[in-house]
Amino acid sequence: MSIPSHPRASILAVSPGFLTTVQDLGRDHCAHWGIPPSGAADPISLRLGNLLVGNPPDAAALEMTLVGGSFRFERQFIIALAGSDLGATLDNEEIPAWQSVRVKPGQTLRCGSTKSGARCYLCVAGGIVVQPVLSSASTYLLAALGGLGGRSLKAGDVLQCGAQRAGPSMKPRAVNKQVLDAFFGKGPIRVTAGPQGDLFSVDSQLTFSTSTYTVKEESDRMGLRLKGPALKRVVDGDIITEGTSLGAIQVPPDGEPIILFVEHPTTGGYPKIANVISADLHRVGQLRPRDEIKFEFVKHEKAISLLKEQEDLLSPQRSLQAISQ
Amino acid sequence: MPSEKLSYPRFQRASDHSLLVTFGEQISRSHHRDVLRLFRLLHSRPNRAIRNIHPAYSSVLISFDPLIARPEKFESYVRRLVDRLGDIEVATSRKIEIPVCYDKTLGLDLEFVAHHNGLTTDDVVRHHTSVEYLVYFIGFSPGFPYMGELPHQLETPRLSTPRVMVPEGSVAIGGSQTGIYPVASPGGWRIIGRTPLKLFSPLRMPPTALEIGDMVRFKPISVLHYQSLLGAVDKL
Repeated sequence: MSIPSHPRASILAVSPGFLTTVQDLGRDHCAHWGIPPSGAADPISLRLGNLLVGNPPDAAALEMTLVGGSFRFERQFIIALAGSDLGATLDNEEIPAWQSVRVKPGQTLRCGSTKSGARCYLCVAGGIVVQPVLSSASTYLLAALGGLGGRSLKAGDVLQCGAQRAGPSMKPRAVNKQVLDAFFGKGPIRVTAGPQGDLFSVDSQLTFSTSTYTVKEESDRMGLRLKGPALKRVVDGDIITEGTSLGAIQVPPDGEPIILFVEHPTTGGYPKIANVISADLHRVGQLRPRDEIKFEFVKHEKAISLLKEQEDLLSPQRSLQAISQ
Repeated sequence: MPSEKLSYPRFQRASDHSLLVTFGEQISRSHHRDVLRLFRLLHSRPNRAIRNIHPAYSSVLISFDPLIARPEKFESYVRRLVDRLGDIEVATSRKIEIPVCYDKTLGLDLEFVAHHNGLTTDDVVRHHTSVEYLVYFIGFSPGFPYMGELPHQLETPRLSTPRVMVPEGSVAIGGSQTGIYPVASPGGWRIIGRTPLKLFSPLRMPPTALEIGDMVRFKPISVLHYQSLLGAVDKL
């Protein structure tokens, strides 16, 4: 990926929304420098959005959080909104999420407050193009790196886009309803046992897997703080600081769990009772403050087979269907 | 503790996409040598399945793509590497000097650390600059080095409520360890000074000035000297 020498395609951020950042599928191979993966909080929505506009799965897009922004397109584009429903309009006409939409030069997309979920991806054919940092376009807010100068969007920002792969002949398409239902089920968030599961009493493990937890306001891309029955340890104190996995559920001394998310500290000293399975991480990215969740323990074999099923569903043949527009 | 009965090295599936290799339950140079050896060995053999390596005091967490390598296959691969650790030579450490201004306007907790340990602030500086520290690993936030061993006279508990924002360059004490905040971030360690050097810069390769296994000495500098060096990246 590189910045085109004559960037011709651009999008103007008329208003940025609550928190909008450039994200791709994340930044690997940097944890030993203390750098977490970042990337889309809901990578499944990003990938489906990229499929809709004919991009490779890891093309960068705009991740809008809770309240979307408004954007004016300087040329013809194929776009798609994937993720939460922000009640988007194009020149004041409603446009649906989860399908490819053709926009004309000068048109304005306006997104509002979320009606479902926490994050929506604005994917454009050709992808958002920024200078990659450590091989990724993803914004990592804490270290102010990646994306657009390491920060969230502000009004007046101009975003450059790459060349569109799909020509004007690309037929409009949508994501299958059944596929969406499979990805965004309402059931419990599935977890595998954490590396320090045995530091918690049997009662606490039971409490964890049977109680309802509420997502606290002070949750962000670093971690989701949960309110609910406190979890007690068999032994007090912290563990020796060790590496932390994406989706690890750590329990600080107050007993209220925290799900470590895409911008998590790469190491930590709190014991971890469980870890969200890979196939459910994207659902964590759609949790809003005050949402209620439950957890269900599954075996590793089950976690891997769910991930494989999910990967199969992500093939364009299975996830997309042609539509008339 | 349940872990007393365990034998080491210990291999645990920390999640469906990560494997935790633990060499022991205490912070020691000998466990650290194993951590460093495994880290170097993993680095020297590119493996498509590996996504990230998180070395720490006495463990290495490896995250991998379970769709590329089945977890049980990946574990056997890592077990074979661990069996060979004894053959790995660990190269001599780099020695790095880091200038620190221990002025109380920058070292926000300098007086607290002195008072807590029944020392003067000059004593704190003298002790802190008296030894060479091992960078056990870089973790927590970008470029943050976990260093030991802190002279025992300086051990100070962390803040019970972490600061919302610790300024970039802050040199701090957390329990029996010392570290540096290369980027402004929340943090609960006691700040005793600040380095003017930029220890994290994502456009450099590597992006961190310090790396696992380095040996570090702190050198006290004046406020004026601090200001003249601010932002320097190539003074190491």
